[in-house]
Amino acid sequence: MGTVFSFDVRGGEPVAVQTAVREAVAQLHRVNEVFSTYRDDSQVSRLARGELTVAECDPEVAEVLELGAEAEHLSDGWFSMRYEGRLDPTGIVKGWAVERAARRVALAGATGVSVNGGGDVQLLGVPGPERPWRVGVSDPLRPGGLAAVVSAAGAAELAVATSGTAERGAHIVDPRTGRSAVTDLVAVTVVAPTLTWADCWATAAFAMGSREGLTWLESLPDVEALLITAGDEVLITGGLAARLG
Amino acid sequence: MHALKKNRPLRRIVLASAATVSGMVMLLSLKPHASPQAALALPAPSGSASASSGSGSATTGTKTVTGDTIQTRWGPVQVRVTIKDGRLTEVTAVSYPSDNPRDQEINSYALPRLRTEALTAQSADIDTVSGATYTSEGYRQSLQSALDSAGG
Repeated sequence: MGTVFSFDVRGGEPVAVQTAVREAVAQLHRVNEVFSTYRDDSQVSRLARGELTVAECDPEVAEVLELGAEAEHLSDGWFSMRYEGRLDPTGIVKGWAVERAARRVALAGATGVSVNGGGDVQLLGVPGPERPWRVGVSDPLRPGGLAAVVSAAGAAELAVATSGTAERGAHIVDPRTGRSAVTDLVAVTVVAPTLTWADCWATAAFAMGSREGLTWLESLPDVEALLITAGDEVLITGGLAARLG
Repeated sequence: MHALKKNRPLRRIVLASAATVSGMVMLLSLKPHASPQAALALPAPSGSASASSGSGSATTGTKTVTGDTIQTRWGPVQVRVTIKDGRLTEVTAVSYPSDNPRDQEINSYALPRLRTEALTAQSADIDTVSGATYTSEGYRQSLQSALDSAGG
């Protein structure tokens, strides 16, 4: 996936938590081996060439493909697991893998977990008794600056995913033309309980553009979003204000 | 905006790098060569971070801490932080690859941005950042080690 993952873990029994973090990291490496489209020998590359069947792959492949198919359906094809006609689940793998890593560490007893995979974040629990997790949303038009700060106050789990022109690895395609999407957006940040979906919805809405993207995101339950256009307009869904702070 | 709580240690992050190096768009990775070289910098204790000057405890007064030297493909990276009353007030790169004009060119704009990002994160009191960030893994690891040492 070519991405850096960082774990911020609070509470729990140190040895159990450290073991879980090590296991989560090992799983991320395994995900890269299995799903990378940059490696000719990965299971997904071999699957795309017809050298393997889904049943011959690790069970996670079927799981991810099923989630991806659901995302394609729910986004009317704006989220896609195909790139230039070839199977490419890259767009869903990262969010799914980060969410899974966070859950693994939380299961080991950590009371607060934040996992950031290349700018997409899954939060679980709280960092401390008096404080919720707080996530800065980077401002694509002002490097080093923040467009907003999202607070997870009151949420046991929250994910923040950003899709944009600076994003790597995601191929953003207009399903109607099969070519790179023409969008007036420079970034879409989606706030939702789980990163698997937040990441897919950010990708889909980015491809849709500001008008259709905002309307569509408003229609999804438990989803809030912030969209930034190339003209430096900031659009937010109705419920996002309650999360900003 | 409120300051870090007096008795709350600076946040700790376990950094874990997964996946292939080839895909990383860490800033320093953009460089087309690999030539580790001596840092220009002030010699600092290698291995573990150490407080080079300080007054008072971790959360009061001004404290300067130098982070670990992180070896990257392009050379060592090391940062020093200044913490005043529990808040990060300055980040300086004390060593970074600079053996040729390309290194110097990259670092002339990269280092100020990395510094701005670190200070922005601090002033907004946030735990992490969503979206594309201007990051160098070596810089980040050294910064984290300095913060760990200062807060621990």
